[in-house]
Amino acid sequence: MVHGEIWTVKELFVYPNEYIYWSIQIVMYPFMTGLVAGAFVLSSLYHVFGIKQLKEMARFALVFSFALLFAAPMPIVLHLQHPLRGINVIMTSHFTSAIAAFGIVFFTYGAIVASELWFLYRKHFVEVAVPLRDKQDKTLSEWLKFILFCTLTLGVYDVSEEALKRDEKAIRVLAGVGIPVACFLHGYAGFIFGSVKANALWMTPLMPVIFIMSAIVSGIALCMLTYIVTMEIRKFLSSRKTTPAQRFQSKEEIKGVEVNVIRMTAKYLIYFMVFAISLELLDLIFRGYTAVKSWDVLRSVIYGKDFTDIFILQYGLGNLLPFVLFLLPGLTIRRTILGVLLVLFGVFMMRWNVVIGGQAFSLSFAGYMHYKLPIIPHDWDTFKEGLFGALSIFVMPFILFWFIAKIFPIFELKETH
Amino acid sequence: MNRRDFLKNTVKVIGGLSLPLAAFKIITPKEIFASTGDKAKTRWVFLVDTYKCVGCGMCVKACKLENEIPYDANVTRTWVERYVMTKDGKTFADTPKGARDGFTTSKIDLGEGKFQDIKKDFIDKAFFVPKLCNQCENPPCVQVCPVGATYQTDDGIVLVDRTWCIGCGYCIMGCPYGVRFFHPVYHTAEKCNFCYHRISKGLKTACVQACPFGARQIGNIKDPNDPVTKVILTERVGILKEEYGTKPQVYYVGLDREVK
Repeated sequence: MVHGEIWTVKELFVYPNEYIYWSIQIVMYPFMTGLVAGAFVLSSLYHVFGIKQLKEMARFALVFSFALLFAAPMPIVLHLQHPLRGINVIMTSHFTSAIAAFGIVFFTYGAIVASELWFLYRKHFVEVAVPLRDKQDKTLSEWLKFILFCTLTLGVYDVSEEALKRDEKAIRVLAGVGIPVACFLHGYAGFIFGSVKANALWMTPLMPVIFIMSAIVSGIALCMLTYIVTMEIRKFLSSRKTTPAQRFQSKEEIKGVEVNVIRMTAKYLIYFMVFAISLELLDLIFRGYTAVKSWDVLRSVIYGKDFTDIFILQYGLGNLLPFVLFLLPGLTIRRTILGVLLVLFGVFMMRWNVVIGGQAFSLSFAGYMHYKLPIIPHDWDTFKEGLFGALSIFVMPFILFWFIAKIFPIFELKETH
Repeated sequence: MNRRDFLKNTVKVIGGLSLPLAAFKIITPKEIFASTGDKAKTRWVFLVDTYKCVGCGMCVKACKLENEIPYDANVTRTWVERYVMTKDGKTFADTPKGARDGFTTSKIDLGEGKFQDIKKDFIDKAFFVPKLCNQCENPPCVQVCPVGATYQTDDGIVLVDRTWCIGCGYCIMGCPYGVRFFHPVYHTAEKCNFCYHRISKGLKTACVQACPFGARQIGNIKDPNDPVTKVILTERVGILKEEYGTKPQVYYVGLDREVK
């Protein structure tokens, strides 16, 4: 069977070679990079612009961004027909292609996040490594821990006041440089689509900007969600402490911090959402107003075939409803959870409607293609480009985060307790 | 030497070295060929006379066999489209299996297993249009390939390197004509290459040879005596989807505005 045939249903006049070649993994790709970029921008809001209220969130977002970073290129690799040749993109980059720069942009960004993390956690590494170094008869696990943290210090053990000040400066510079790079990483994902002149739905110079805005929205939403979950776990753990007095105090304390941080972050989420939605609507209005040759088929897709996906699921459930939820006074944690879940869903649907929606009509403008997402896999192709392939990509950063958070503790225990 | 001197000297050395290096101009092999005057004497073009096409599908069959595209796979390097315009101003088009077996029924294939029967008296006009790769002068598929696995030869043909293609599908997305697909066996991008293995040996393409009515012709536009060149230069010919700026090199005689 031809690649793409199994999940494509053709209607009316479609060229014989046309199938939905870019499927769920290509929906996941901008979704995941969007989360990376968004999480990083959120963390930079504190480091660069000194928005103090986001301090707690900043550290968290940076570590999470690092975990997401590893998952971001996975969808592309999985979607390749020859995944093992993926390295060719770096070996013989053909720079007229938008995808060719991926390696460079990705690794530059990775280097920035990694070095910022290093400066942020350098003190912690030294604090772990030094006592272990001095300790006699280490156990095997202590040896491993010592080797790991010793390596992570990169041989720098200076944690004097001045050195730490310099670290802070470095973090500020890196976060500052990181914002444009993060925006570039994702705007560039938008460019991959926006520059395809053969595709009437994708081709717009607004695409990179729309992608950046929705990326920041999704990144903030995911950080809020993960932050709440982590805080709830901490609350649960602290409630199991021995003395009842201690239990009460620390639990309330955590809750207070949590609501404050969440309310503050929600504000920024709303700002970026307004930007994102305005741009998307501008694009839609402009297409309708100029009504070039492709508009007939686009209109039938946007207002007809994909109406539910675009207007009900994306704009209604994914944008309008969370918007109202966040704007209603007295934001609670529960309402936030519902809100951010809807926001994440909305951004996912936006990616879906761009990637799948862009292939919902034929290049002939006289036919349609419908995408049937493979759910039960019966071979490698239907697994990796099916529901379970997408889900494994989505779960990956959370698992990575769990491991990475062991090395980079996300909460400074001294401060909050 | 202290650090200050070291840095100073480093700057001096780098500066001194880069000046004479800048005097050398980087010359690409293409520029050398251009300056020596041995320009490519061939630019392959294709001419389709839609008046002559009867939709028998011999070209599609020949192409599939010649280029080893699995016979029953629903992809093809070349195909034939049927257009039917009815008296109420509607246009119907189809290409069942790329017209590999010709058009065996007058019913129009609407996809999803549905067919539309159109009464003969109700038809204003009907015709067939063969399609193949346009070997564009400005090929978007070559532009978007991230690894350079697809490239244009000096005589204008766009080829794919099956050993280097990563199968990302960007070229398939980039082609406005929908001629590209994934080869069902090699899992790399696949397209019509005007039977490059044949034309470079002086043979005709498989489809040109198989066409019983001479609807398909291949020629060299740089040769003024080539019959194809003469038609293109002296008669009224059309090209497909000019608005994309790809400068396609497949010319059509009798192209209708309804051709998609």
